Parts: sequence; C-alpha cells; structure tokens
Amino acid sequence: MSTNRQAAASNPWRAPILFAFLAILFVLEGTVRNSMFSGSWNTALAILNMGLISAITALGVNMQWGYAGLFNVGVVGFLALGGVAPVLVSLQPVEGAWQAGGPRVLFALAVGVGTLALATQVWKRLHRGRTLAMLAVLLVGFVLYRGLFDPAVTAIEANNPARHGNLGGLGLPVLMSWLVGGAFAAAAAWAVGKVALGLRSDYLAIATLGIGEIIVAVLKNEDWLARGVKNVTSIPRPVPYEIDLQQNPEFVEFATRWGFSAAEASGIWVKLCYMLLFLVVLLSIILLAELALKSPWGRMMRAIRDNETAAEAMGKDVTARHLQVFVLGSAVIGIAGAMMITQDGLMAPVSYNPLRYTFLIWVMVIVGGSGNNWGAVLGAVLIWFLWIKAEVWGPELIGLLTSPLPEGGLKEHLLDSSAHMRFIAMGLVLLLVLRFAPRGLVPEN
Amino acid sequence: MDILNALVAFLNFVFIPAAAYGAQLALGALGVTLIYGILRFSNFAHGDTMAFGTAVTILATWGLQAMGVSLGPLPTALLALPFGIAATAAMVLLTDQAVYRFYRVKKSAPIILVMASVGVMFLMNGITRLLIGVDEQRFADGTRFVIDVRTFKAMTGLQEGLALKTTQVLTVVVALLVVWALFWFLNRTKSGKAMRAYSDNEDLALLSGIDPEKVVRMTWIIAASLATIAGVLYGLDKAFKPFNYFQILLPIFAAAIVGGLGNPLGAIAGGFVVAFSEVAITYPWLKVARYLFPGWQPEGLLQLLGTEYKFAVSFVILIAVLLFKPTGLFRGKSV
Amino acid sequence: MSDVDQAFGNRGNRDASVVNPRGRGTIDGSRRSGAIGPGKDGDPFLIGDGMSGGYGRGPDILHDCTIAVEKGQIAVIVGPNGAGKSTAMKAIFGMLDLRQGSVRLNGHDITALNPQDRVKAGMGFVPQVNNIFPSMTVEENLEMGAFIRDDDISGTLEQVYDLFPAVAEKRKQAAGELSGGQRQQVAVGRALMTRPQVLMLDEPTAGVSPIVMDELFDRIIAIARGGLPVLMVEQNAQQAMNIADKAYVLVQGANAHTGTGKELMANDEVRRTFLGG
Repeated sequence: MSTNRQAAASNPWRAPILFAFLAILFVLEGTVRNSMFSGSWNTALAILNMGLISAITALGVNMQWGYAGLFNVGVVGFLALGGVAPVLVSLQPVEGAWQAGGPRVLFALAVGVGTLALATQVWKRLHRGRTLAMLAVLLVGFVLYRGLFDPAVTAIEANNPARHGNLGGLGLPVLMSWLVGGAFAAAAAWAVGKVALGLRSDYLAIATLGIGEIIVAVLKNEDWLARGVKNVTSIPRPVPYEIDLQQNPEFVEFATRWGFSAAEASGIWVKLCYMLLFLVVLLSIILLAELALKSPWGRMMRAIRDNETAAEAMGKDVTARHLQVFVLGSAVIGIAGAMMITQDGLMAPVSYNPLRYTFLIWVMVIVGGSGNNWGAVLGAVLIWFLWIKAEVWGPELIGLLTSPLPEGGLKEHLLDSSAHMRFIAMGLVLLLVLRFAPRGLVPEN
Repeated sequence: MDILNALVAFLNFVFIPAAAYGAQLALGALGVTLIYGILRFSNFAHGDTMAFGTAVTILATWGLQAMGVSLGPLPTALLALPFGIAATAAMVLLTDQAVYRFYRVKKSAPIILVMASVGVMFLMNGITRLLIGVDEQRFADGTRFVIDVRTFKAMTGLQEGLALKTTQVLTVVVALLVVWALFWFLNRTKSGKAMRAYSDNEDLALLSGIDPEKVVRMTWIIAASLATIAGVLYGLDKAFKPFNYFQILLPIFAAAIVGGLGNPLGAIAGGFVVAFSEVAITYPWLKVARYLFPGWQPEGLLQLLGTEYKFAVSFVILIAVLLFKPTGLFRGKSV
Repeated sequence: MSDVDQAFGNRGNRDASVVNPRGRGTIDGSRRSGAIGPGKDGDPFLIGDGMSGGYGRGPDILHDCTIAVEKGQIAVIVGPNGAGKSTAMKAIFGMLDLRQGSVRLNGHDITALNPQDRVKAGMGFVPQVNNIFPSMTVEENLEMGAFIRDDDISGTLEQVYDLFPAVAEKRKQAAGELSGGQRQQVAVGRALMTRPQVLMLDEPTAGVSPIVMDELFDRIIAIARGGLPVLMVEQNAQQAMNIADKAYVLVQGANAHTGTGKELMANDEVRRTFLGG
C-alpha cells in the first residue's frame, strides 16, 4: 500500500494537476454565480490575495518544520509583530507625540533590554551569590524601567487620544515596512530561540505558544505603539485607491471596454496590483528557499534533521543551525504579517486569533506536504479557499440536511451555528490527510 | 502599621482567588501530564476538551433547572457534572478509536499524535460551538457567597472586607478530593500501578501482561474527567466562554512543564506556582502597602504588570524554570 | 518505518514540550495469538526447533536454528557479536516472525502465540536493556511482574527477597535509583513473580562488574537447582559454559556447536575461536 502511494507521490504531473485544479476553482468563483460560488472576480481575487499571504506564512512555517523539524505554534505572534511594521514605518508621525515622550519610551525600552543583558552577564560572570546579584539587577532594572516608561506612555497616550494617542510612524513608503516586519519577527524569534533551543532538549513549542500570546497581548494593550484595540486605520497603500481610479476617465473607459462597471473594475484592478506584488514576494522567497536548500547549507540542514546525533558527532552545531532556520522562517512570517496589514489598510489586534493564524497555517503546511515549498503554497491557497467557502457551504449543507426537520428551536439553532462548520471541516481535512496521505498533496522529494 | 487589615486585603484579593485558580490549573495540568506520560504527546486539544465537557455540563444544568431540580445552596452544575464527564469520556474514547489508535498501533513517532491533536482540536472546537455557540454563559446558581464583605466587616469590625465565594470553596474542595482520589488510584490500585508501569516502560508492561489498550482507555477516561471538572470549576468561578478555554491552554501547559512533564505531583505544584505568580504579579499592591506603611504615598498602583499580561507571567515562570531547572521543579518522570 | 513516519522523518522529535520519547514501546502489542497445537513426543521442556526468520520483511537472521532446555538445567547461547544470539532468544519468545520451525513448551506447540500470551503460558523473559520500571519502587516492580496473577503473591514476593537480599533492603526505593547489578536482580525478580515454568535471560550480566557478575551467576544457578529451567544468552562465554548444562554456539544465525558446557570447553575449535585460546 505504501509503495503505491509513493509511486503516486513521485508522479511529476501531480503538482501541476493540483495547481490547475486550484486555478479552476478560482475561475469558477470568479465566473459562476450559484449557491456554491459568488461569480464575482472581486471576491475571487480577494480570496486569492489572502491565500497568497497565507502561502508566504506557510512557507515560513515550512522552512522551520520542513528543513529543521521545529514546531512553531506561535505563528500568530510573529505575524502580528510583522503587522506592526506598516504602522510604524508608513504612517505619518503624530504631531506632538514624539515631543511628548518618544525619546523617553525608546530610552526606557533600552533600559529594559540593558537590564536583561546585564542580568545575563552577571549570571555568567559571577560565581558566588550570583542568584542574588542577578535578582537585584532585575529588580532595580525593572523599577527604573517602569519609572521611565510609564510617564512617557501616559504622555504619548494623552496626546489627542480620540484620533491618535500613539507615536505614529516615520512616513516612509509602505513597501519598506515589509522588510522591517520581517526584521521585527526575526528579532523576536532570535530571543525566543536563544532561550528555548539551547536547553537540554528543546522546549520550543511551548515557548512559541507563549510568545505568540504575549505579542498579541502587547499589541492589544500598548496604545502608544499601534493604538491597541482602538485600531489603526488608513495605512497608506502601495497601489492606487479605487476612488481615484473611478474618477479617472481613462480608466472608466478602459473598464467599459471590457464590460465592467467602473466600481467593479477599480476593485479588480487594485486587487490585481496587490496580487502582482504578492506573487513577486512569494516567488522570490521560494527561489531563495530552493537555492538555499540545494546549497551546502541546505544539505547540512537536512542532514541534521534526519540524523541529529550523527550531525552532532560530525561537529555540526545543531542548536546554532536550528536557531538560524527558526529566525529565517519567522522573518518570512513577519513579512507576510506586514503584507497582510498593508493589504487591509487596518491594524486590528483583536483579530489575531491563534486558531486562525497559527493552527490553520499548520493545516495548510500538513495538507500541502511538509518539506515541500510548492506543497506549502498549494496547501495554503487551497485551505484558505476552503476556509472562506466553508462559511458559505456550511449553512447550505446544514440547510439541506435539516430540510426534513420540522421548523423549531433545534433547526434554528443548527442553522444559526452552521457557520462554525468550518472548524469541523478543517479538523476533518487535517485528520484525513494525516491518515491517508501523510506526506501531503505534494510530497517532499 | 495595620497588619490585620493588610492580611485580610491580601487574602481577599490575592490568596483566595489564586488558590481557586491554582486548583483549576492543577486539574487541567494533571490531565495534560497524564496524557504526556502515558500516550507520550502534548494534547493540544485539551483546552477544547475542557470546553466541550463544560458545554455539555451547562446544557445538562439547564435541563435540570428546567425540571426544577436544584442542589439548594450549591450550584446545580455539580449534579450535571456526571453527564458532562460521561459525554466527554465517550467523546475522547471515540476520537482515540478513530484517530489516535491507528498511529499507536503503527508505533508512529509521537509528533504525529501532536499533529492529530491539532485536528481534534479543530473538531472539538467546532462541535462545542455547534453545541452552545461562542457567547459567554454564566451558569452558577445557588448561594453566591459563603462569607460576603458586609458580614465579614460586621463580624470582625475590620475596615477591610473579605468575600469568599461558594464557587471558590467548591473549587478547592473538589480539587482536593479529585487529586486525593487520583493519587490513591495511581499508587494503591493494581490498575493505577499498571498505568504507571506502562508509562515507565511500554514493552515491559506488555510482557508483564498489562493490556496496553486498557491502560490507554483508562488514561483517556481519567483525562476527560479531569478536563471536565477543571472546565466546570473554571466556568463556575469565572464564566464559560469557549475562547477562554483555548487561551487557558498556555498556563496549563506552563504548569505541567514547570512541575515536570509527566509528573502528577509536579502538575499540581506547577498549577499553584503559576496561579499565585500570575495573581501576585498583576495585583495592585497599593492597598496592602497603605495598611502596612501608612506614611508612604507611592505614585502608582504598585502593580508589577497589567492584568492583560497575565499570560506573560506563565511564560516568564516557564522560561525561568526551564533555564535553571530544565526538568521542572519535580523532576519530570513518568507518571 | 511506516508511511506516516516517513512523511515526518525526524521532525519535531526533539521538542520535549510536545513529545515524550521515554519508555516508548517497540513490540507490537496488537498482534493476536493463534491456537496452541500439540507438542512432539520426546521433546525437551522448551525447544525452539529449526527456526528461520527475521524482523518484519527484512532478511532472515536465523537459519534453521535449534535451541532447547531441559527441566532443572541451564542452557546458554554463546557466539560472536552479531551471531543472532539475542535474536534466537526473541524468536523463542515470539518477538520475531518465524518463516520456518516451531517453538514448543511443555508438550504444547506455542509457535502461534504472541509474547503476552507466552508469558501467560509460563515463560519468564528478562530483556537485556530496559528491563525494569525505573520510577516505580522495587516492590511495585515485583508486583507488576505478578500482574497476571490474581492469587496471593506475598509468598512469591518473600521467595524473591530471599533470593536477592540486597534488593529486599531497598524494596521501597525507586528501581531506577539502584546500582546496575541490583537492577538486574530486580529484573530477574520481576520475571520470577509470575512463577514461570522457564526463565529466559538476555545477557543478564551485561555492563556489571566481575564481582557482581559472579554473584548473579550464583543466583542463576540457585534458581536452576530449584527446578526452574534457565535459558540465557551470554557474552562471557567462558563463565557461561562453566555453569551450563547445555551450551549452543551460534554463528551467523545457525547452530555451529552444541554440547554440554564441559564438552565445548574441551573442544579445540570452540576454544580457539570463542574462548580466546
């Protein structure tokens, strides 16, 4: 049985056929209007764009899992951290905020980081009484940090709280923020990995679970940073605005020539622009990842993954390599986070739900085929499509199933909660793939 | 210096809530640690198992209430608890047969079970949502307080009041009973010892005539009961909201790891360590300080961290323990 | 390796916060036993007769290999590294897929039984490694040995303690905290708790000091003289043959020499090849 499956797996047509199937799904979504598809190119492209962003996230997870076997369950945190970048890079500076407390906040954060560094050094250098000394450093550092930080934050948040109350950004082009987002996530990953990967055995999974929760909590509560739950809106775009397009006579004429109304065409146009941008990023990352995988570095990574003991015996520093991959993968996730916020034009920390942004990404990676970059992309776009459509298909299905039931409380309840079917569907998809095609749709070579 | 009032404030705002929360975490962590010790993977679906068990218990509570059954001063949910436990046990046994057993028989690497548990997590999450929706539900009835603030003040004449909720007392009492029963089972009965033997050395347990499938079934039933009890107590004490049960996974895992994964005693200790630190670090100590040092007028609330960051506390404790004592406070060994 | 395992390779198995590799099993406990058949006349008490087979679908490791032990005797299996000594032992215990040959115990053909049922049929087996429950006390280890018994085990418990007084003193200590020799005693004691009809030891003296080894051999002789047949694999060929009533020299999974310990010690070829002179 397993040989059959492997034969199927090595079929070179498998991936192209699956991608073609995916393309057909999107074409149907764009053209056919019935109970299953919306028949709107705007919807189809919106799903596709978010699918591409998910694909980049899945690529990041796939680098960590596929190349090094690292189990990251804090994807939501790195994604959210990447999302801070567009806010801090591309927004215009808030008037008066910087004067109110900008340097003080930065100084306080530096003091905080310095305290941690000093405490580490104390622990490493001292021998007798180092526990006490370290605790003292931490305590003094914390008091100092809070003494500097709290008033600065109060000052910033008091500055025009109804509209701003945050520091604002640097007013730079938003595309720059994608790299910055990657850097943010990489920095956080380095800190987590440094601690959790260096222990006798790894405790990475639980550490990432924790840091994910913490990053989201910080975003929700630190209003000076990105306005917390009050959300940041109108983040600048790298592509034209619909309203400008609609007022452009040339574009309107172009649209009518193709048989679209100006409103519809402008939406499609904007989404196509985004799609191009996303594709460029996605393909570059895949290219780099494939090149890296074929380089001596990539061969070493896989050697370590497949036989850690042997690699260690050959003098490879396994922990350092794992840290590298973890940081790189998280950087990719951070880039995806920045892209997502750029596309939405809105930073809403409450929307960062681990089920959606961590575990759904894992479903994508497993379904696509762990260790295979194209598999991750395929899995991501496909699962995202299903995730969105399950919201539509779920109620349809329940409606069909409950049609023989008499009107009443039960039927109403089932119909009301049928939107939750997507969770059950995702669980089933993951379990079925794990059971019957554990190597995923596009297996690793 | 007013030590008595300071003590009452401390008891009221730190000790009692932390003790109740700690008991809930300990029960949750016990379930995680049992599964880790015997089935050898971290069950990501544990939070959703808790939510599922609680949801069924709430439905049964409503049913009982509709029939006019009540427990007087105690919450009706206690009567409904056996229904919740039975349904949850049936549910996890079903998932074991349908999902986990396949990989267990094939001796697959445990990480695959972790992946499968993510799938089960989605399933359970969806089923819980179908059952009861995503909204907050309060289902505590009966007498709200054992001691309320006014009575306490009248009784003692102290300026500071103390409230002791029925649910808090109930949580601690039930947790103590459950933990006692579990330890008795694991250390004194043949089946319990068989579970520990299986956890220690699967092959030798098999060669000693211990039926692995029976051990696994018992483990799931115990874990489901612990999860349901923990979930119901947590829901009674605070409120039931499915998403909170997902979030509580982090402190539960933290408690299990802090105590030493696979060690039941450690799970209990870990639960209380995490709970007390969480409450102590996010509590504004200003009130207690005012009683202790009447002359001192500090500027802030003397709160180390905002309550929004309570998860950060579990995380920091976890990291600290792992850095300085990598096997956990109680050496993580088999069950 | 199954398809599932291949898909996941070595991923994630290092992360102690999600997977627990300790104490994992390797024996397939789900295999069901077949029927017990009749034995052959004139059989020794336990015999693995003409066994050929290997692990799973792998190549054969044993080739027409025969091992037997009589009541009240000690039989040892010796041979160079990789000769299939432990494999022969496992084959008799049902942990190997036999293509040919049969295993007969006390007048019954038990070839179709799985390892668990062979324990119930009266075989006591002490694996070479991982042969105790480390976190459980010595007494609990012994109790687990007697898991299949429903009668009063206190008599057997006392017998084991009499046999191993050093272990008796530590009955409330976790077995994993004992010294190597004491662990082996616990392991043997655990196997004795079922009151087996035959005791099988896989290199019981591996990794223990010479003094402890001598003591262990003494105990094993005492067990055999008590009437319980002992079949064991040994690396220390010289000492093993000294105490053996019957010795089997295996080479590449097949019988090379068979005889009493004394005969083989006197055999020039055996001495040259295996006993170093």
